[in-house]
Amino acid sequence: MSQSDLTMGTHLSVPERSSPFAMPSKKLAMWLFLIADAATFATCLVAYGFLRNGSLNWPTPFKFFPTVVNTMVMTFILVTSSLTMALGVRAAKMGDQDAAYRWTMLTAAGGSIFVLLHVHEWMDLIDEGVRLSRNPWGNALFGASFFTITGLHLIHVMAGIVVLIVVGLRCRGGRCDAGDVEITGLYWHFVNLVWMFVVPLVYLLNVSK
Amino acid sequence: MHDKSAHAARHRVPPTGFIRKYIFSTDHKVIGEQYYGLALAAVFIGMVLSWIMRIHLAWPAAAIPGMQLLSKNGAPGGVLTPEYYLQLMTMHGTIMVFFVLTTAPLAGFGNYFLPIQVGAEDMPFPRLNMLSFWVTFGAFLVAIAAFFVPQGPPLSGWTAYAPLSALGEVAGPGQGTGQVLWAVSIAIFCVGQLLGTLNFISATLDMRCQGMGLMRLPLTVWAWFITACISLTAFAVLMPACILLVLDHVAGTSFFVPSNLVVNDQLQPHAGGSTLLWQHLFWFFGHPEVYIAIVPAMGIVSHVLITNMRRPLLSHKAIIYSMVAIAFLSYMVYGHHMFVSGMNPYSSIAFSLPTLAITIPSTIMVLIWIGSLYGSKLRINTASLFALGFISMFVSGGITGFFLAQPSLDIMLHATYFVVGHFHLVMAVAALFGIFAGTYFWFPKVTGRMMNETLGKVHFWFTFVGAYCIFMPFHYLGMAGNVRRYQAFVDDFMAPLMPVHKFITIAALITGAAQLIFLYNLIHSRFWGELAPQNPWEGTSLEWSIPSPPPFDNFAGKLPVVYHDPYQYDIEGATNDYVMQDSPASINSVRGEK
Repeated sequence: MSQSDLTMGTHLSVPERSSPFAMPSKKLAMWLFLIADAATFATCLVAYGFLRNGSLNWPTPFKFFPTVVNTMVMTFILVTSSLTMALGVRAAKMGDQDAAYRWTMLTAAGGSIFVLLHVHEWMDLIDEGVRLSRNPWGNALFGASFFTITGLHLIHVMAGIVVLIVVGLRCRGGRCDAGDVEITGLYWHFVNLVWMFVVPLVYLLNVSK
Repeated sequence: MHDKSAHAARHRVPPTGFIRKYIFSTDHKVIGEQYYGLALAAVFIGMVLSWIMRIHLAWPAAAIPGMQLLSKNGAPGGVLTPEYYLQLMTMHGTIMVFFVLTTAPLAGFGNYFLPIQVGAEDMPFPRLNMLSFWVTFGAFLVAIAAFFVPQGPPLSGWTAYAPLSALGEVAGPGQGTGQVLWAVSIAIFCVGQLLGTLNFISATLDMRCQGMGLMRLPLTVWAWFITACISLTAFAVLMPACILLVLDHVAGTSFFVPSNLVVNDQLQPHAGGSTLLWQHLFWFFGHPEVYIAIVPAMGIVSHVLITNMRRPLLSHKAIIYSMVAIAFLSYMVYGHHMFVSGMNPYSSIAFSLPTLAITIPSTIMVLIWIGSLYGSKLRINTASLFALGFISMFVSGGITGFFLAQPSLDIMLHATYFVVGHFHLVMAVAALFGIFAGTYFWFPKVTGRMMNETLGKVHFWFTFVGAYCIFMPFHYLGMAGNVRRYQAFVDDFMAPLMPVHKFITIAALITGAAQLIFLYNLIHSRFWGELAPQNPWEGTSLEWSIPSPPPFDNFAGKLPVVYHDPYQYDIEGATNDYVMQDSPASINSVRGEK
């Protein structure tokens, strides 16, 4: 050990090249993006809570049927798609490209059913007269916050489906990148986690008593 | 999606075409220069706007030649209308805060020097980096476009307080299209900054060369890293806030407009929203934004001072921990902008305490800088002068922060020029001094030529004295009760203060004109300056071990290996008095401690 090493304190003169966080840059960047995205969703949910608490006539129009039932089905599908996603990540890591292709496509299919159910629900609400600027029941911000929050989530799901299809097709072509499948999975699980906040706050709180 | 992992050896070929080389370049150095150029263009626009405002404040009836060309309605015959004064004020704040103080210290210098100082050949995601600049540039164009729509830019200030900002045309000129353009521009800007932030954090954690432990990073890298961590979540809150604001305009929602609001004798169709919500969302971003502007300057100033003092700071770690503490606390203090907003007074106490607490890490840093300077043989050059100037401005502006942190005092001072003087000194001028210090310090590395030191010192003294002449009287005005955001003070109790306003205006014109010396120096030295050696200031960090200007992939295909802590100055028995970070391990790096 040279004298310079002694002055460095505890660590060696030349530490290992590998990052102490042992994480490829792309995966790290996805985690960072998710932190930012979580702040974005939190902003919308906090703003919704702020306005809802300050309102005297916040409507609670949702019924057990169809809204809660529909939401339960959507949640079930989304949670199931998280399972298929996890299986896809495992298959990709084990090098089973066909399985990875099948699981990611199945995940995309689950997401698509979620989108269809969601859009169907939106159409029903629009038929009942709910808009961004008004609704038949009470505080106009009900529609604004409902469509803004679920819309932001819906955009995330749709973007996820596109990425899943791109990543999945590359697996079928034998050019599967396990890292790409994994960070797509990170994103997908995050979007589903957000839904777990949306369901109680935006749906269950607004069920009629 | 083709960015390879950080650890794979990359054999990159420099682009040859003009467009790939200078316009849509993925080279972090070109992107850094582009950001700096954007900030330079923006700062001159912002400065001219402040000139116009100052002239109007001192001589409200004066016709400013050419103003009628900018806006026929806003300046009939060249005399500003009250509304147009506020519109220019909005754009001054927006341009300066977003496109100068955010882009230059972090995105400009950070992009250029962070990869070099950590020993990497580029950022981990060069394409995202390129996109980051062009998205930001797009945001700038959208913001500037507000000047050219029929009613002009918005008049609601850079803080865009609701309900003024959420009502549309009825609230005043520029509140329709202009305000929408503003909100869209800022939302785009947030996306651009997110892309940059991903690169800064990943590069610091993942791209360090062999031997570059975290505690061996220069303080500049720490400052950029911490700033990037702040901006990661700050801009992610501002973006949805801006989208909600746009929805209030275009979709008829009422997020930020309360019920039964009558504006200009018209009952507004909105109902149910909250004006306070906008302030909460905005300042949750807005206060961290202050530190996004100032923390990189703290890093740059430390770096410049250490190099010119020829010895490390009293404590390397205390500076890092202080910056981390500031970043952490910056999210808990935002309510001190809202003491007079009608927020619950108990919240004011909750926000006052962390605001006073955040002065502790700031004070620790100032004491470390001053304590390290004590007894050192400081090399006086333009860069070190501006670094000293930064400390001076930061202290002078920061002292008034102690007053404003207390709700009982802030309620008296908040709507006066006292606050304007406070934040200009501590945030704007101090950050600009950091930018100047960085510019004079790194110019030889970036261009391969030295800047003119005589002109630099002239520039420093004009700017230093000028900044105090402009912003110190702001405090007196505020204590005398001079309200802010007014366009003239001629017919009321503030009329006796007009001589002070005239003095400030003259000082602002002279100080602004002195910036032309800087511009001349920058351009002239770029082409005709004296050729710079590789290490003109005898620095130790990695940017000084490569040629000036650096080659395309920084280290000519061979990544450096680091054997020494940063800032090994005052070394006994070294050939010079310093040891570079990548000097061989066999070189002794024991300080000649007295």
